[in-house]
Amino acid sequence: MNGILSINLVLSGIYLSTPLLLAAFGGLLSERAGVINIALEGQMLLGAFAGVAAAWWTHSAVLGLLAALAVGALTGLVHAWFSVTLRTDQIVGATAINLLAVGLTSALIQPIWGQPGTSPSVPKFGRIDLPLVQHLPFVGRILDHLSVLDWAALALAPVVWIVLFRTPFGLRLRGCGENPEATASVGIDVVRVRYQAVILSGLLAAAGGAYLSLVQVGVFQREMTQGRGFIALAAMIFGKWRPVPVLGACLLFGMADAFQVRAQTAGVHLPHELLIALPYVVALAALATFVGRSSAPAAVGRAYVKD
Amino acid sequence: MSTVIVPPVETPPPKGGRPPATAALVGRHGVRTVVLFVGTALAALVVAAPIIAIAGANPLDAYRALFEGSLGSQRGLAETLVATTPLLVAGLAVSVAFRGGLFNIGVEGQLVIGGLVAGTIGAQATLPPVVHVVVAMAGGAAAAAAWALIPALLKAYRGVHEVITTIMLNYVAFALSTYLVSPGGLLVSKTQPSATEKVKDTAVLPRVWAPTRLHAGIFVAGALVAVTWWFLFRTRAGYRLRMVGGNPTAARFNGIDPRRVTVQTMCLSGALAGLAGAIEVLGVHLRYFDSFSPGYGFDAIAVALLGAITPVGVAASALFFGVLRSGSVLLQARAGVSRDMITVISGLVVAFVAARVVLERRLSRKEPR
Repeated sequence: MNGILSINLVLSGIYLSTPLLLAAFGGLLSERAGVINIALEGQMLLGAFAGVAAAWWTHSAVLGLLAALAVGALTGLVHAWFSVTLRTDQIVGATAINLLAVGLTSALIQPIWGQPGTSPSVPKFGRIDLPLVQHLPFVGRILDHLSVLDWAALALAPVVWIVLFRTPFGLRLRGCGENPEATASVGIDVVRVRYQAVILSGLLAAAGGAYLSLVQVGVFQREMTQGRGFIALAAMIFGKWRPVPVLGACLLFGMADAFQVRAQTAGVHLPHELLIALPYVVALAALATFVGRSSAPAAVGRAYVKD
Repeated sequence: MSTVIVPPVETPPPKGGRPPATAALVGRHGVRTVVLFVGTALAALVVAAPIIAIAGANPLDAYRALFEGSLGSQRGLAETLVATTPLLVAGLAVSVAFRGGLFNIGVEGQLVIGGLVAGTIGAQATLPPVVHVVVAMAGGAAAAAAWALIPALLKAYRGVHEVITTIMLNYVAFALSTYLVSPGGLLVSKTQPSATEKVKDTAVLPRVWAPTRLHAGIFVAGALVAVTWWFLFRTRAGYRLRMVGGNPTAARFNGIDPRRVTVQTMCLSGALAGLAGAIEVLGVHLRYFDSFSPGYGFDAIAVALLGAITPVGVAASALFFGVLRSGSVLLQARAGVSRDMITVISGLVVAFVAARVVLERRLSRKEPR
């Protein structure tokens, strides 16, 4: 067992939490504004794909990331148009996005790269070397290896907390999720706020997907998100739609994933075909302890009809 | 099928809840349902055309290959019906859940569990003809129902949304089934990697149209359409299920325990999904193969929605997707378009069905009540 429970576990736990954090906070913003976003999975996948495609064409990981963010915002716009303007069922509309994401990204691998299943390698996103931090004991090694996206993901919890609970925009956003009619009655444009939240949600989820493809591996593989968008949703629910607990839930699920990966390489006597299921089982177990839906935003999933 | 009764769904949902996903999806008028079906399917094919062009093929050539491959020969026609069979049964699974107010995205995982258990019973048990195949199918259905019990209980007694739990369980089911037929796994065949032993002749669903692969499963699927219709619209249990799906609050006031019905609905949906997998294994592959399903459980969502979650509509819609699935072989071989384009068309169908509420809202405003 030696070598599994080490600093490397913490490190890979953080790496594996980052995509979950980005997507989970995307989901949090959308649901706090009253729109369910189960399209996170598809938005991650499209982000991962767009990031690699753009990085491949431009030979730049930065442009890849920007393309991923743009595509993410676009998918958010589509989801907002469906659920806010057309007032379709939010789950069914998002399922369409998820199916389209799987179909489009898988079908376009061959025409773009001439090979099935996976893209060629593209420039990866670098990790940041911090001059002083690396000499710190223990935390130095962790903090030294992070990329911009890791830092952004870890900063999300405090930033989202401040935005939600200490700014007028956050108050409006939460109002749209708790009672859109009352929020509208004081002159706030519910439709506009919901659009902003859902677009931001898509952008963050796509950033999570781009992290998987551009930071972790530097290629796109078909269906490479493997349900992480749904694990992020589970983290959001387990964290009761509150920033700090959601951060904790993402780190927990990321750590479970890291344990699974490291147990395979460290030769633990458990078949790796079974270990793959560990993060999903941990997420399910976490949800099983969840009691009631009283902590969900009161108006989540409910369309707002302008009078 | 114009006698289909839909429970009233006009009452606003209880505070904190969400309007049942089913409300806007149920077909009400015979003619309109047919027009909407054809219109939605055509719209999806039209919008998919530029995507096919982007993927580097001529859309017209692609569609010609698709329909020639699926309808242009005896073999193609038989393969269309072979693909229709699991799509139909899995589509019924999704529909039953929708009717009860549940979105079962876990059909794919339940289908895998059902196929694995049916294949194992078919290979290991020794039983007389007929009995063996029935026991194998029942075993697959029961195992998948048990698998669906987990999200059912979490939904009913913990309030955890079934979309997330059923998706999680898909990944667990894939991992578990892959493990059981991996080298050294409990169920792996001695001669065939990533598969169970061949099912015995007594457990095989017989071929019905030599020399094609069309098997008796198509008749089982047809019978299930009739049974599901009868259950939903002619039994008390079916009425309770639809009532909970339409308006859980009203159901509670009528002395129905929505939680119990929710558990029953999800297990019934799981059982149908398991049957879809069992039929596929006992009729087509004759042993359980790892990842034998090309995503039938996900296509089933589009099948159910296009079919307006009525059993007969689902049958028609399964045939449409059966055409796409069997035609996709020639689509890939001749037009060079990936089979994944079928998933794109599924997604477009779901998007159009979702967007249809706008149309229906407009139509119902013009009609006097």
